[in-house]
Amino acid sequence: MTREQALQEIRVRFADAILSVSDKSPSRVYIEIKPGAVVPVASYIFWQLGARFSIATGVDTRTHIEILYHFILEELNLLVSLRVKLDRDRPIIDSLTPSFEAANWIEREIHELLGVEFKNHPDMRRLLLPENWPEGVYPLRRDYQEWDKQAVRDRGV
Amino acid sequence: MAKTILPIGPYHPLQEEPEFFTLTVEGERITDIDVRVGYNHRGIEKLSESKTFDQSTFVIERICGICSTSHPFAFTRAVEDIFPMEVPERAQYIRTIIAEGERIHSHLLWLGLAGHFLGYNTVFMWAWKLREEILDVMEILSGNRNNYAMFRPGGVRRDIKPEDIPAALRRIDSIVPTLEMLKNAVIDDPVLHARTKGVGVLSKADSIRYSAVGPTARASGVARDLRKNCPYGAYDKVEWNMIVTQNGDVFDKAVVRILETFESIKIIKTCLDHLPEGEIDANITSVPPGEGIGHIEAPRGETFHYVRSDGTNRPVRHKVRAPTFMNLPTFKATIVGETLADATIILAAIDPCYCCTERMAVRDETGRTLLHGPDLVRLSQEKTERIRREMGAEPR
Repeated sequence: MTREQALQEIRVRFADAILSVSDKSPSRVYIEIKPGAVVPVASYIFWQLGARFSIATGVDTRTHIEILYHFILEELNLLVSLRVKLDRDRPIIDSLTPSFEAANWIEREIHELLGVEFKNHPDMRRLLLPENWPEGVYPLRRDYQEWDKQAVRDRGV
Repeated sequence: MAKTILPIGPYHPLQEEPEFFTLTVEGERITDIDVRVGYNHRGIEKLSESKTFDQSTFVIERICGICSTSHPFAFTRAVEDIFPMEVPERAQYIRTIIAEGERIHSHLLWLGLAGHFLGYNTVFMWAWKLREEILDVMEILSGNRNNYAMFRPGGVRRDIKPEDIPAALRRIDSIVPTLEMLKNAVIDDPVLHARTKGVGVLSKADSIRYSAVGPTARASGVARDLRKNCPYGAYDKVEWNMIVTQNGDVFDKAVVRILETFESIKIIKTCLDHLPEGEIDANITSVPPGEGIGHIEAPRGETFHYVRSDGTNRPVRHKVRAPTFMNLPTFKATIVGETLADATIILAAIDPCYCCTERMAVRDETGRTLLHGPDLVRLSQEKTERIRREMGAEPR
């Protein structure tokens, strides 16, 4: 399968779910999809196209919580990033972990750092933050405020 | 049989990535494992947002002490991908040389520790002695034995001086015969075969399901190496082979790393011999708004950086994903069903940080400590000794 065939497959199969496609360079493609379609699209790229799930990036853009799921089709030297934009006040999306195990840890990480809820995730425990970190405080949100009054911080210059 | 929970860890701040393992065992058999990370979470992604693109390279170089170049390499490629732009050819070669030198010393470090866990302290001493030579080569080429600070968006900071190259080549050549000897000693050793073959197997299907990366995946027959598949630096300009083995056990993971060391030596020598003339830096003055992804094959697998810029001199988002993040969860597939004496080497086989294994403690349900980290290393070493004797070797 060539790069064009792979992209065409995705385009045709998920025409209703795709909002925009940005063909940035020969090895980078960004596809924005509707959040509701993330499981079928991602599962198709992972299982049918044989991509490796590299990681997901969560971004607080002040207007939305954006998640990019990065898939690598190594045989084609192509990195496909699926972009979803979630409601910032109530970010919810279906979990990819039931489809493939590789998404497990990063969803836990995005959950605690950005406060995204992943529906149907089997094991939504803390991954990185300590036990005494308060619920509902998300350090990678733009409006994050220092909550620990006792913490010693090197304010530096 | 009663289940026992074994907590392993959690904290050894001297090394990277402290982890906490909870092993559930029935007698000698491991029936479940849970991994807890985050003890060394330093918020570098957030910190990087407050640094300029140029300063960030220094911060992220300190994410990991062993593969200190892989993070700046991935980050600079991510920044360059925002444009997108190409860096000068000489800089590509220098980057490749530094990255491969790092791969050699990282793999040798792993080999030495793996030898130690199995009771082969001779392997440990040989491997680390060779590693010293490579660190010296890195000092000749970059000025530092570690944390080379060579990378910047657009190129490299310092040139490799032509007069240093012969000395570096001589030292690299001087380790090859010893490394060859060490390779044969490890690969042909019947005791090591008995101890590591068929142990901690990661099947190809599991490797794909967990999206394992690097030598961990290549030992399971997944023929994927970013240096071949998504060439960057000078990897498509020199001759080298991707090392793939099929069995996915501890032995195959060791073989992949040992053989990769020889390929890395080949790459460094070719690059030093054919270092092109020219600029070493594209002198980027500003980064346009946009987003970029940089990924490279670090010693442990793919290191992934995502950078978003709004046109100022600092990133608005910088995502870092180290290879161990993908490889650690594979323990669930490799360690269940194995025995406690093999736990040390299986946990070490993906080449995570060893601090965890140094701080193991075995407890019964009342919380009384039964075994400590050194005991588990001893258990592992005793098993090797037992196998040696069964094979008719003299007791040590």
